[in-house]
Amino acid sequence: MGLFAAQLITGLANAAALFLVASGLSLIFGVTRIVNFAHGSLYMLGAYFGVTLMQMLPGGFGFWGSVLLSGLIVGLIGVVIEICVLRPVYRAPELFQLVATFGVILVIQDLTLMIWGADDQIGPRAPGLKSVVRILGEPIPQYDLALIAITPFILLALWWLITKTRIGILVRAATQDRTMVGALGVNQSWLFTGVFFLGSALAGLGGAIQLPKGGADLLMDLNIISAVFVVVVIGGMGSIPGAFVASVLISVLNVFGVAYLPQSTLVLMYVVMAVVLLIRPYGLLGREEKGGEHGQVGEPDRPIRPAGLVGRSLVAALMVALALIPVFGSNFTQVLLTDIIIFCLFAASLQFMLSTGGLVSFGHAAYFGGGAYAAALLVTHAGTPMELAFLFAPFAAGLLAIIFGWFCIRLSGVYFAMLTLAFSQLVWSAAFQWYDVTGGDDGLVNIWPSEWLSGTTTYYYFTLIVGVGGIILLRHLTHTPLGYALRAGRDSDRQAEATGINVKLVQWTGFAVAGALAGLAGGLFVFSKGSIFPNELEIAKSFDALIVVFLGGVKTLSGGVVGAAFMDGVRDWLTRLEYWRLILGLLIIAVVIIAPNGIVGSLRKGAERLGFYRGEFSE
Amino acid sequence: MTVVLKVENLSKHFGGLRAVNGVTFDVARGELKALIGPNGAGKSTCFNMLMGQLKPSAGRVSLNGEDITGKPPRDIWRRGVGRTFQITGTYQSMTVAENVQMALISHHRKIFAIRPFAHKLYRDEALALLEIVGMADQADRACAILAYGDLKRLELAIALANNPTLLLMDEPTAGMAPKERERLMQLTADIVRDRNISVLFTEHDMDVVFAHAHHIMVLNRGELIADGTAAEVRNNAQVQEVYLGGGTLYAKEDAHA
Ligand SMILES: Nc1ncnc2c1ncn2[C@@H]1O[C@H](COP(=O)(O)OP(=O)(O)OP(=O)(O)O)[C@@H](O)[C@H]1O
Ligand SMILES: [Mg+2]
Repeated sequence: MGLFAAQLITGLANAAALFLVASGLSLIFGVTRIVNFAHGSLYMLGAYFGVTLMQMLPGGFGFWGSVLLSGLIVGLIGVVIEICVLRPVYRAPELFQLVATFGVILVIQDLTLMIWGADDQIGPRAPGLKSVVRILGEPIPQYDLALIAITPFILLALWWLITKTRIGILVRAATQDRTMVGALGVNQSWLFTGVFFLGSALAGLGGAIQLPKGGADLLMDLNIISAVFVVVVIGGMGSIPGAFVASVLISVLNVFGVAYLPQSTLVLMYVVMAVVLLIRPYGLLGREEKGGEHGQVGEPDRPIRPAGLVGRSLVAALMVALALIPVFGSNFTQVLLTDIIIFCLFAASLQFMLSTGGLVSFGHAAYFGGGAYAAALLVTHAGTPMELAFLFAPFAAGLLAIIFGWFCIRLSGVYFAMLTLAFSQLVWSAAFQWYDVTGGDDGLVNIWPSEWLSGTTTYYYFTLIVGVGGIILLRHLTHTPLGYALRAGRDSDRQAEATGINVKLVQWTGFAVAGALAGLAGGLFVFSKGSIFPNELEIAKSFDALIVVFLGGVKTLSGGVVGAAFMDGVRDWLTRLEYWRLILGLLIIAVVIIAPNGIVGSLRKGAERLGFYRGEFSE
Repeated sequence: MTVVLKVENLSKHFGGLRAVNGVTFDVARGELKALIGPNGAGKSTCFNMLMGQLKPSAGRVSLNGEDITGKPPRDIWRRGVGRTFQITGTYQSMTVAENVQMALISHHRKIFAIRPFAHKLYRDEALALLEIVGMADQADRACAILAYGDLKRLELAIALANNPTLLLMDEPTAGMAPKERERLMQLTADIVRDRNISVLFTEHDMDVVFAHAHHIMVLNRGELIADGTAAEVRNNAQVQEVYLGGGTLYAKEDAHA
């Protein structure tokens, strides 16, 4: 009984920071409709600033003053981010905003590393709350009790702010109908900035207030962000009471999970989320959200045509050149190209659902890693021959995509993105924690191809044929009725449904196809490396694919492939630099703001302008 | 006279607002029928319930004797109902011809085909439909750069793709010049006659309505206040009050959906 109570108290105390961060994210989303992926980074900054300030300001007053000051500073940093990065992209499609905030994550990671160094910072304990009290015989840190006491006040303060003040009325008006704010005679951009300040400050407070329990380190940004998303999705995006309920639920669940189901704490969180969304697709306290109005934001995609003679000849020439690489190139070149081709296939599969289908998935790594793990598991546990295990990879990934897709397709826009992210985290946590089967952090090793494929050159050719074959297949599908139906559903859901197209079914099919081909890439990957680790399932992996599709050009057919080739080509060179994340982050932000057409799109525009190429729009 | 569409006591309430309230009417085969009414009368809401974009709060819609109330739009379309929207929603990333081809592909149940190139499928049929609405010369232009009036004509071609027995046209001539309106309505009347199909349309231009509609219904604040021939409607006291009593004759503006 005592232990039970102690666990409950720990859970409630953990909820404090989670709630602060989640409510900030929810608030920002509610008003600006931006999902701020960099919210975890603001939380991390809050912690670092807190440590520094607490070292300078002594005593209880200094401690709590530092917490508040950290919130204030982080709030101001949020304002800078909002003005510099997000303002230019409010009118752009959701994906652009998300990619921009991802760029911010990278920048903040390296800046933090620059300023505070790589060592973890130990959080100071709160003066006056350093000891423990005994409740039912169990020791409970006083600070935990303080946190539990504080949280409801924060909830109340936010509730008061939103329901009783003029600012709150504006915020609510904006949450419900953005055009209304203008009618109320308020400068919308300053309202957005204000909300960003508040939301960021809450994240900063969260980071600082958890210092006595957790300290500060460079991984805390991504560590908290998936939990925060789960909370916000369960609670309902834009709902602050929802964020509170879900924070408590998830934190308590985690504590009990650690105690009773240590192998499945992470999985548990995502399972709860899936169940909630199954019953209430918009979260416990969220309101139904109309996905984007029919039609796309920004310049529409152009009509497409299969490659003509010139295009095909160019591709054929490139294939010949790639086929000749082993004759001239070194072993290293072949290994590098193998990696690039695999990544290109992975990116192409994402682009198929993202560009053609308008389905912005944040968890595509689940199918890449899922396929890889499926093959590796067969080899490890059943001694399956490589050929069979390899074929199983796309099959298993496709199956996974069919199952997850069934849930995800019911939602649209950001909700869809969040749910795909959560499912990929589910797969990741299973791989990470189910040690007996997946080897956990140690991964699965000794997954080599059969004898006849084992040479570097042979495997290079194998990858070339399968990888390019997969890319061509995707490209062909884009031009078939299925591909067109995907585009139709993306362009105008209403029109498609009014002419007999079952849009959800088409999207589900597209999801499954993209999953299967990502799994194919995963299959190629695992046998080329001989091993697989959970990091192939991480958020960062999903984002890699998103970023290259974006870099290449969302509104093109070849953007993913070109972006992936470009990225993998420069990565090797880039990662040798000390602060490569900073450079990459700034590059991403610059592309979002300055060259939103990406590499292929910009090249096409340039060629049109110079008159090399007559586009449909040049008349 | 065979009844194609039978609407009984159809209602839609948005919270406290009775957008459509107990509307009952029939549409016969070969009939060109207008549904008119001031802005916000509930015309589009009515159309949305007929084709399943909205679920009615109460009432019943039957098509050729079959109850289709609350069925999704795609099922109603398969039963032979085509529709155009007040605000067009064509596929912006496709060419004019491809927009029609998509509807034909769906009609021939080839949506999930993964071998042929979509832009080659049913192209001749699509061009024939575009010819009817006078858009064949623009077949290969990108839909995104069309003039609004052309989009409306394209929508009509799309709506004809499944050989509908009933066409619902929500403000088909919105955004067109008077001459163009007249031509489109004449075209619609010809289609009704040649194919012996039924058309229910809403329209703000009274000249067009009275010149072409066989029967006219008047909707006001969600209630049907008249249903008859042009002469009957014109002489209806309640209609006169709605249209003339307020002093303004008619808002020709194209309001939003
Ligand atoms: N989804 C909705 N939610 C709430 N109210 C709605 C909704 N759709 C329509 N309404 C309201 O229902 C009423 C009828 O609207 P409707 O669009 O059917 O009118 P209409 O006759 O088509 O007008 P118009 O001539 O302007 O096109 C209006 O008052 C409108 O504001
Ligand atoms: Mg209307």
